[in-house]
Amino acid sequence: MNIDYSKELPLIHGRLSLGEIEDLIAKPMSEKPNRKYYIALAVTLTLFLIGAISLGYTFYYGIGMWGNNQPVGWAFEIVNFVFWIGIGHAGTLISAILFLLRQKWRTAIARFAETMTIFAVMVAGIFPTIHTGRPWLDGYLLPYPSQNGLWVNFTSPLLWDVFAVSTYFTVSLVFWYIGLIPDFAVMRDRTTTKVKKFIYSLFSLGWRHSNRNWQHYEKSYVILAGFATPLVLSVHTIVSFDFAVSIMPGWHTTIFPPYFVGGAIFSGFAMVVTVLLFVRKVFDLENIITVDHLERMNKVILATGMMVGYAYATEFFIAWYSGVPFEQFVFINRIFGPYAWAYWIMVSCNVIFPQFFWFRKLRRSIPVMFIIVILVNVGMWFERFVIVVTSLHRDYLPSSWGYFKPTIFDIGLLVGSFGMFFTLVLLFVKAMPVVSIAEVKAVADGAQPTHHGGEH
Amino acid sequence: MDRTNKLYGIVALFDTPDQIIHAAEEVSGKGYKKFDVHTPYPVHGMDDAMKLKPSKLGFVTLAFGLGGIAAGLLLQYWTMVVDYPMNIGGKPFFSLPAFIPITFEVTVLMATLGTVIGMLSVFFRFPDNKHPLHETPYMTSVSRDKYGLFIGANDGKFNEAEVKELFSSLGGKGIAEIYEPERTLYDAFNPKFVGLLVLVALLVSGGTYFSLNKLMYMNPFNWMDHQFRGVPQQASDFFADGRMMREPVKGTVSRGHMPYEFADSAAQPAEPLANPLVASAEVLKLGQKKFLTFCSPCHGNHGDGDGRLNGQFPVPPSLHTEKLQKWQDGNIYHVIAVGQNIMPSYASQLNVKERWAVVTYIRALQKAGNASKEEVQQYRKENAANVK
Repeated sequence: MNIDYSKELPLIHGRLSLGEIEDLIAKPMSEKPNRKYYIALAVTLTLFLIGAISLGYTFYYGIGMWGNNQPVGWAFEIVNFVFWIGIGHAGTLISAILFLLRQKWRTAIARFAETMTIFAVMVAGIFPTIHTGRPWLDGYLLPYPSQNGLWVNFTSPLLWDVFAVSTYFTVSLVFWYIGLIPDFAVMRDRTTTKVKKFIYSLFSLGWRHSNRNWQHYEKSYVILAGFATPLVLSVHTIVSFDFAVSIMPGWHTTIFPPYFVGGAIFSGFAMVVTVLLFVRKVFDLENIITVDHLERMNKVILATGMMVGYAYATEFFIAWYSGVPFEQFVFINRIFGPYAWAYWIMVSCNVIFPQFFWFRKLRRSIPVMFIIVILVNVGMWFERFVIVVTSLHRDYLPSSWGYFKPTIFDIGLLVGSFGMFFTLVLLFVKAMPVVSIAEVKAVADGAQPTHHGGEH
Repeated sequence: MDRTNKLYGIVALFDTPDQIIHAAEEVSGKGYKKFDVHTPYPVHGMDDAMKLKPSKLGFVTLAFGLGGIAAGLLLQYWTMVVDYPMNIGGKPFFSLPAFIPITFEVTVLMATLGTVIGMLSVFFRFPDNKHPLHETPYMTSVSRDKYGLFIGANDGKFNEAEVKELFSSLGGKGIAEIYEPERTLYDAFNPKFVGLLVLVALLVSGGTYFSLNKLMYMNPFNWMDHQFRGVPQQASDFFADGRMMREPVKGTVSRGHMPYEFADSAAQPAEPLANPLVASAEVLKLGQKKFLTFCSPCHGNHGDGDGRLNGQFPVPPSLHTEKLQKWQDGNIYHVIAVGQNIMPSYASQLNVKERWAVVTYIRALQKAGNASKEEVQQYRKENAANVK
């Protein structure tokens, strides 16, 4: 399999016509789900139910059901929050940053990645919400004039988080919806059933594919991409401030913002590849979501994996260079302390295994990439675990050292978060086009006028 | 959609992007204004072919973005500096660096929502599912893989025959007339609509009633009203005496308290304690205050035994008796702490320091009340010298 990388690869394989592209993408929505789909849904719903039960207990009895207690006041739920927010970042990166960089290969995977962003942020949002203890009072997090005469503290990173995550969710949702409008119009004109037609008409808002609309539409897409790009960087930066602005050894470092953003892209790409591997297989989209796409994603995983590895090394260097004994202790404790197992899971999954992607053959092999991206997902969850828990469990005061153990409810919530995410993904693939129909048509062979070069 | 006989416009379909670009150039070149091109995706170069002016959407974004910056900064300034200033680590109330993240987020949010809502509602006039082009074979084709061209009947140059001629000369297929749809008017008293309003009203009022009057009193929403802990003044099933309030454990000493070693004997101790205080102005002031509060009602303001309760209560002896003048400080202290005859203990009203301060003040009273002439003259002399 020799590929000439000096030439632009065809974005869509198999010489599909515009109509065939549309039929292929729209097929899952018009067919009745098969047995495999129901089995998958049963599995994810079971996981979701486990999470819902754990959530119910947490809701009724309070967060004392969890394992975190002094000195480890933040544990699984904060780890999950950072993990899922990070997963979301890949979607925005693919849809906004690669759009601004004119990377046309993004078209086939952008919709799916954006959808994953929205679902991941929804899942992530649950955790800080329930971590407040009485989630029905979370309205207090918003600045509104109340009888208490009080305002929120605008200089607190935790409040920045409220603004960053809610803005990120809103902007991602709007960006995703704007992309979906022409596809809803396509579905509206394709479908034959009355109910579906009503729903698709409602969401298409009466889109007519008019060039007078396309003109503004494309402009708005550039503007939104331009805003989403700094936004996505700001979100994980602000999430990292939750830690970096404190004075805990192991948290109080200036490398956190870029380190967190790099890690977010790394884990997000791994999750996108994980899910795409199934989707392209199950829905016969191998010609649209091609191995070339996956290979490019794997290259990004390799690059960001090494950035993350570099960040680990820099943290150690700075701990030594700072001359602060507490800081040095935290890092030695990470490698050799009671949580050394978590540290070594993190390093091997995030730094060592992605190195296999240096080889083209492995990079293009479906089973190999599946194993590696799963390991990357595991590793990135443990990275957040290492940052949050190992920094807290042994801080300045040796008399208050402790060892965090999760309860069954912590594990239930983690399992449930995956259940919720994959349930939403499964419902999405049957209800909406998983690939942007309009965008993929625009990059098909012969879709653009010849005197503009067609493919450029 | 039912259609009227009123012509809305004429459409034609083209097979390739090159054809549609050429057709659009021709139509705009002929001076048509109310025409449009419908393509399944944006075709490169179409804006120029149609001679469209550049989109002005960016100005909307700019306006909303600047509004977002202003709104974010003003909100934070007003709340953190004007309405409820809080000292956070001694930093200035207006700490701009800490305000940047929220200003940025508010800017992005407002600019994005402003752009999108502005584009959809003002630029596109959406939602518009009743547009004449909907539910036509033309729309179905351009939705899929054809490139459509439309000229409106309201164009100044519109002529049905000419337009059809032009379309077929450009190679257009599926040339068709589009007629205006029937517009239906809705009745405000339509039973379905009224029913919906009633349903919404019932749901909103019922939901509000339930959440404010019922839900707020249910676990876990009841502000932790019911907790698994003992509250004073409550009955208890757990303790044998049926009370929730407990006595302190025997021998408990409160913080900062030193027990008085002769507390158990009414008789004067053989070796009374020494006064730890020095008769400073501060101590005397404290002693005076406590004496006037607790002692003077019976003993009188100057310790003469002529208190305000005289006649209602047995009269205590004067504090200026020879016996008392000869007493050590510790003897007076013992009476205050333990009580004597009818006088109760003042241990719960006066702490150790206050008791000694009262003793010191009584000593001062005794001195002042029993001074000799020479001593008074001596005092006046010294005082006069001091005043100079």
